[in-house]
Amino acid sequence: MISRNARIAWPLLAPAAVLLVVFTFYPTVATLIDALHSTPRGRRPAEWVGGGHFATMANDPIFRQAFVNNLIYAAVIIPASMGLALAMALLVNARIGGRALVRLAFFTPTILPMIAVANIWMFFYAPDYGLIDQVLGLVGLGGNNLLGMPGTALWALIVITVWKLAGFFMIFYLAALQQIPPALLEAATLEGAGPAQRLRRVILPLLMPTTLFILINAVIEAFRLVDHVIALTRGGPNNSTQLLLHYIYQVAFSYWDTGYAAALSVVLLGVLALIALIQFGVLDKRIHYR
Amino acid sequence: MTPISLTRTLLGSAAISLAVLSPALAQTEITFFYPVQVGGPLTEVVDGYVAEFEAQNPDITVEAIYSGSYTDTTTRALTAARSGTPPTVAVMLATDIFTLIDAGVIAPLDEHITTPEDQAWLDGFMPAYLASARLDGHVWGAPFQRSTAVMYYNKEAYAAAGLDPETPPATWDEMVAHGRALTLRDASGTVTQWGLGIPGSSNAAHWLFGALVAQNGGQLSSEDGLHTFFDSPEVIGALEYWVSLGAEHGIHPPGVLEWGTTPSDFMEGRLAMAWTTTGNLGNIRANAPFDFGVAAYPGNPDPASVLGGGNLYLFADASDEEKAAAFRFIKHMTSDDLLADWGIQTGYVAPRDGSWDTQALQDYVAEVPQADVARRQIAVSVPEISTYEGQRVNEVLNAAIQAALTGQQSPADALTAAQAEAERILAVYRD
Repeated sequence: MISRNARIAWPLLAPAAVLLVVFTFYPTVATLIDALHSTPRGRRPAEWVGGGHFATMANDPIFRQAFVNNLIYAAVIIPASMGLALAMALLVNARIGGRALVRLAFFTPTILPMIAVANIWMFFYAPDYGLIDQVLGLVGLGGNNLLGMPGTALWALIVITVWKLAGFFMIFYLAALQQIPPALLEAATLEGAGPAQRLRRVILPLLMPTTLFILINAVIEAFRLVDHVIALTRGGPNNSTQLLLHYIYQVAFSYWDTGYAAALSVVLLGVLALIALIQFGVLDKRIHYR
Repeated sequence: MTPISLTRTLLGSAAISLAVLSPALAQTEITFFYPVQVGGPLTEVVDGYVAEFEAQNPDITVEAIYSGSYTDTTTRALTAARSGTPPTVAVMLATDIFTLIDAGVIAPLDEHITTPEDQAWLDGFMPAYLASARLDGHVWGAPFQRSTAVMYYNKEAYAAAGLDPETPPATWDEMVAHGRALTLRDASGTVTQWGLGIPGSSNAAHWLFGALVAQNGGQLSSEDGLHTFFDSPEVIGALEYWVSLGAEHGIHPPGVLEWGTTPSDFMEGRLAMAWTTTGNLGNIRANAPFDFGVAAYPGNPDPASVLGGGNLYLFADASDEEKAAAFRFIKHMTSDDLLADWGIQTGYVAPRDGSWDTQALQDYVAEVPQADVARRQIAVSVPEISTYEGQRVNEVLNAAIQAALTGQQSPADALTAAQAEAERILAVYRD
């Protein structure tokens, strides 16, 4: 006998459940199945290959490079964009002149689509006459081909990503800063705490729930944001800016090797799931929610 | 009868008569995917061609769909074909032919050639362009928006360097000599003007490298798309020459030159000679603040360039009526007059000799003599690299070129490794 609650609950849950199944669970399961089969091509249907794709991956130098690049990319972007976001939020939360204008300026990169951003930066980075190379030229360091050399191309993309993300994360920090009751800060001041102590002992702990939220978003973005790779370098020169998601896109939609692309997706999914587990498992316990 | 019910009756009878009439007006509907790769309001131009065709063929309706870049168009068409709703006709890269045949989505065009007029239409294409559409004894595409790589050079820089602005280099050695004269440095030794730039970014390297290889007497891939020759002495020699331009002669900017900024590099005066497509002629003509020339490529010793661009393909899943209608549409889109107009509007090279005899194109060449360089170069142009899994093989080659250009590997090492990887990819298709 179905209870009255269940009879009402199921129809209410159905819309969300249908969307989750169709757009999240079914694609995940289908990807897992595809990852264990060869790519069907014209006259050759898909065959069971088991772990074959994963064996290929272990010996695929481009995959290895994409993985390492992505780790560097994430390891720099996450702390840099979050640190910058916090600094900008503290700045525009203080009483400074032209506060609205500064806030807008910091937030502008977020409003622009990544492809437009990339096309602007392509000319910033242009050797010799590009803005950045001209500035470097003033101090005698000109003549750089920042996007065209393997040593600098990934860092050039990292700068764009940090610039793009920091403004977005700033908004969350700013909102959180304004939620902090002034009484707490006043009390700290009365107790004799200086600005550094107020930041470390009062503000940062109260920002921790926001920090976790931003951290999770930053991790996702570090693996998700590859639009500028497509627009600027397409993974070059010599795969020095190859990132996991861009490689998956290339394998799936340029090479049409859907089986291998599914296997790569499974690895990316695994990496992200692992990071999320660590974040929720370890960090969540240390955060004080009001 | 009230006014309302009268209206209803009239509307009702109108609907009935429409329903009775419609079988008599049976329309064949075809869909047409096309990319736009160069600047300008070209979707309007294509819509104009389609409207003209529909006016001449009232029994056919064409749904023309702008589908982004070449890559987007191929992706869309293949995805649509897999889900059972392919377009009837699409403009896709000439080099996609192996991918499209392997996926089994396109149908040969020659099955529709029945009359002497049809045969004359087919024979009207320049053989160099039609070659890329022929495979296994069939013609799989009609050349439509075709291009070729040329060299743009700054005539004012030539004069300033004491060179004759009317004699661009004819050999590799001359190109280096000109490049040395054209490379300018300021007091601190920083280069203010580079002699020559050849884009090496992943969207262009394999294409322009094909020209260098042909100039050196080699080729990158076999006609059947099953073999590559990356480790042959001609190919390695071509890459060694490209690398030497920067590393040894100091006339080429270091690292990988970006394809997208090459036209502005040239117009800003950063490059005195630049290799890019004929498709950029309109842009450079409108925006270069100096007198410029377009030159055919030099040789080592024989000059050669590389062809590019897209063909019209007919999809296999269409019904016979749709295919017949689509064939008429393809013939319309590749008539002498239309291709002449398309060339003038875009900078593409009209791939039919008949187009170059039209008054419109002759007037245009008289006004823009640079446009004629491409046509004269076609006789010595080779098809671009084209293999099964073309994009993957190209990417392997591009990575090798970039490794050599950025000094990570020697040309011989990079290309030998690339050849081994290409062998691994193509071996599957040889059985």
